[in-house]
Amino acid sequence: MSSDAIAMHLPQAERRTLVETLHDWATTVDHKRIGLLYIGYALLFLVVAGIEALIIRIQLMYPHNDFVGPQVFNRMFTMHGTTMIFFFAMPILFGFGNYLVPLMIGARDMAFPRLNAFSFWLSAFGGFLLYFSFLGGSGLYGAGSAPDVGWWAYAPLTARAFSPGSSTDYWTIAVLVSGFGSIGTAVNLIATILCMRCPGMTLGRMPLLAWLYLTMSGLALIGITPLSAAQIMLLVDRYLGGHFFDTQAGGSAPLWMHFFWIFGHPEVYILVIPAFAFMSEIIPVFSRKPIFGYPVMVAATVCIAFVSMSVWAHHMFTIGMNSYANSFFAITTMAVGVPTGIKIFNWLGTMWGGRIQFKTPMLFSIAFLFQFLIAGLTGIIQAAVPFDWQLSLSYFVVAHFHYVIVGGILFAIFAAFYYWYPKVTGRLLSERLGKVHFWLFVLGFHLTFDVMHVPGLLGMPRRIYTYEPGRGWDTLNLLVSIGAFVQAVGLLVFVANLIVSYWKGKRAGNDPWDAWTLEWSVSSPPPAYNFATVPTVASRRPLWDLKHPEDPDSRYE
Amino acid sequence: MPGYELTNIFAPETTPARSIVDLSILVLSITGLIFLVVFSLLVYVIVKFRSRPVTAAREPAQVYGSTQIELAWTIIPVLIVVVLFVATARVIHAVQDAPQPATAVEVTVIGHQFWWEYRYPALGIVTANELHIPVSPVDQPRPTFMRLLSADTDHSFWIPQLAGKTDLIPNRINTMWMDPHRTGVFVGQCAQYCGIQHAKMLQRVSVDSAEDFDAWVRAQQQPAVRDDAVAGGRRVFETTACINCHAVGGTPANGRFGPDLTHLMSRATIASGAAANTTDNLRLWLENPDAIKPGSLMPAMKLSDRDLDALVGYMESLR
Amino acid sequence: MRSAVAVETITIPAVEAPAAWSLPDRGKIAMASLIIAESAIFTIFVVAYLFYIGKSVSGPTPRDVLETPLFYTICLLSSSFTIHYAGKVLERGRRRMFLGLWLVTLALGGLFLFGTAQEWDRLIYDHGLTISTNLFGTTYYSLVGLHAFHVSAGLVMLGVVSILAAIGRFGLSQITRVEVISMYWHFVDAVWVVVFTVVYVIGR
Repeated sequence: MSSDAIAMHLPQAERRTLVETLHDWATTVDHKRIGLLYIGYALLFLVVAGIEALIIRIQLMYPHNDFVGPQVFNRMFTMHGTTMIFFFAMPILFGFGNYLVPLMIGARDMAFPRLNAFSFWLSAFGGFLLYFSFLGGSGLYGAGSAPDVGWWAYAPLTARAFSPGSSTDYWTIAVLVSGFGSIGTAVNLIATILCMRCPGMTLGRMPLLAWLYLTMSGLALIGITPLSAAQIMLLVDRYLGGHFFDTQAGGSAPLWMHFFWIFGHPEVYILVIPAFAFMSEIIPVFSRKPIFGYPVMVAATVCIAFVSMSVWAHHMFTIGMNSYANSFFAITTMAVGVPTGIKIFNWLGTMWGGRIQFKTPMLFSIAFLFQFLIAGLTGIIQAAVPFDWQLSLSYFVVAHFHYVIVGGILFAIFAAFYYWYPKVTGRLLSERLGKVHFWLFVLGFHLTFDVMHVPGLLGMPRRIYTYEPGRGWDTLNLLVSIGAFVQAVGLLVFVANLIVSYWKGKRAGNDPWDAWTLEWSVSSPPPAYNFATVPTVASRRPLWDLKHPEDPDSRYE
Repeated sequence: MPGYELTNIFAPETTPARSIVDLSILVLSITGLIFLVVFSLLVYVIVKFRSRPVTAAREPAQVYGSTQIELAWTIIPVLIVVVLFVATARVIHAVQDAPQPATAVEVTVIGHQFWWEYRYPALGIVTANELHIPVSPVDQPRPTFMRLLSADTDHSFWIPQLAGKTDLIPNRINTMWMDPHRTGVFVGQCAQYCGIQHAKMLQRVSVDSAEDFDAWVRAQQQPAVRDDAVAGGRRVFETTACINCHAVGGTPANGRFGPDLTHLMSRATIASGAAANTTDNLRLWLENPDAIKPGSLMPAMKLSDRDLDALVGYMESLR
Repeated sequence: MRSAVAVETITIPAVEAPAAWSLPDRGKIAMASLIIAESAIFTIFVVAYLFYIGKSVSGPTPRDVLETPLFYTICLLSSSFTIHYAGKVLERGRRRMFLGLWLVTLALGGLFLFGTAQEWDRLIYDHGLTISTNLFGTTYYSLVGLHAFHVSAGLVMLGVVSILAAIGRFGLSQITRVEVISMYWHFVDAVWVVVFTVVYVIGR
């Protein structure tokens, strides 16, 4: 069996015009390009939603501040939340999945390349539509413009009576349309992972990233669709005179809440499971050990996905459910902490006995472990229902979920950027700038989100455009706002790193990190067809087996 | 502005708030301990197992897992969950399923955009924005049991020192109770986003001694003071659109959309806490509500200065 | 990056070529995933319907106005049999039989839609029940309408296949596509069983 090292000589690259390049990108069905489209698009919205956050924080720096009035403020927090969840976090994670999954399972593309492109453009259109509301949403009484109903759009605030004009409809339709795009990508990922693995790659030999994206996609199928259903109902109410959430006609406001959170809670697991996937690939490589307890990691993730479908009403502990319902959701919420904690222990177990390298991806991963631990614990704290009767709807919750999404998920995304950027571009990101980015962001993150728990404990509710002096919230809010600006600077350093390193970064070669999964066997960037010959694998770490023929994983699996 | 105090959830003044604090101490202790253990492990690992130039060349032992260890760190969390849950369930039931004693004062709270309506059905009182309830000494309990309704969107009643929050949801009746052990003024505000002026839907609860509460009840039960010196202002009130939204007991005004004004001057604030109840603020509110609470549903009445002054005089007679 | 670049990839040598490496068909997995997602959507509409039974504040009730559409239900459910047999005969290469059964499926589906339209006509014009009349109207038209929409989408797919089969472009090599569409059609029928039970049995 000859081992062909295939040397390919690319033809002299013809200079393509700008129009031809744009056309290539607009019509691409290549999973790598679609992945990059998702990521670029998401980064754009990260900046936009970040600016919205800064506007919020400037307004809240001082009591009775008048940087923006209540109309604008209410739009800001609505758009910030909606954009971050639907047009930053979902797309960027689908983007990474798109790029990495086929490469990691030895496939040449996703199962349905055209569906892939269609799903991206659907989501992109959704984002465009949401932001068009700033221009086009004006309806009666000037009550249009961007939506201002909060990203959960509770009924009956979203009824025509309380939200005239079309701003709410921009929210509804933009999110509905991009939700269909997400379903499309989820279907595609499932079909790809189940049907296109290279020979030898049984489900038990897939990289954990593939398992976790499979789980996340399955969760997306049944997690996102309840929101789509509820949004169709809302449109029926607003346009066809329906009464799904019309309390005057006997409709139920809590029904919207249930439907929304049956989506909303699985949604945050849809966001965090890919973050777990990145950690499960990165931590082993920089600890120089395989992941500790691969089967349990898979089982715990699937367990998390299932249990996460049963916890949704922990977002509704204050709505007056009876004590039995409250107790049920308390126990399921506490229960989901068990498999989640197991994962943290397994990552620690991976690092134990290793040789830890503190490159930038690992720095972000270690910060993830620290911050996700705290975030998970503040979640358990809120599962103690009576305590949640104080903490819910206050800045304590805002601090908690930002701890998960920024301190956990965003840090994992940063780690993923530093880890896989060399594969995508052929150049390493600057370690120096990476460390500046890291420390600035850690400083800013903790200044903002550690402090933010305290106003909640002192009675400050969410979604208020101003507050009275003398409640003890003044200095705390000022500190929180300063931290936001520090994070903004950190983010700018990151963007600068992405740009500068594209031209000036150290060349990476195929495998700059001495890693073990299939994507590191192809060139950086990979050729359009990924693999000249479809690989055959015999273990979970095919490149480890190649590099260590005296001690291959295949002997132990 | 009338003085505010720190509304610290860890400074409870009632039985339900106290039981929440007690539970929170257990919960924080357990989670704090978990944090310390795992954090210490993390620090230990990154110090002890960092790559050093000496060791960097060789790969470490490739360990795939350990069933015993993984079993241990599954079972221990499960046990912790059981403990936490049992403690939680007990307090849930104690607070939510507490029976209402015969001595309880009953208040119906109706949430509006952006003010609070308070009715005492047994006492025949309707008032707004500032709640008076009697103190409930431990030996002679006199708790306040409330029914929570909404006239429009969702709201949430939250006075941190007196109780956990409970939402007011249209087409639904929620209940809560509180038994403050000392007198004083406690503040809070609406905690469920309800529209443009959610931020200024503030609350004041005055916990009165038994005598003070009875005096307040008697005063509230009286019809409006009829002072002929402000007859001009009363005429402005009754002939402009004011009576479409507001009620003044004992007069033709019985609108329910806005707060009951019968005893407006018994309140320390106006516009649900957005401004102190002074002559200047009253005048500004009547002239241009958006200056105090932009987006509130009180319209600017576009009155002449003379009518405005007369009206303010009438308002200030409603003691 | 202008000049020609020598691109080296590490080829993973086939250590032990597995005897037979077969994975499920991606079309069927994709359709199964779509069905799961759609089931979640329908579940939410069914939950809303069940929750609002008896809660209408005014207006006609189900008992007053609903008539059990037994005939059209039988049409729709029979079409599951015809589409199943259509697949079977195509496997044996009998293309004309396939087209015949396929068209019968389409006709039965179309008949079902006609029945729904007829029912709605009666409800709207004879009983004044619209989507905005009351909670029953809202939930009924939404749930039955959502299902009818899915039947329509199915008919479009059936139509496309009919045309391709009629012009002779459809044969044994397309058997998987037929199976995928059949999965969808069976799903639509299964949903109708649930909707029928909820609306015409439980809800009355």
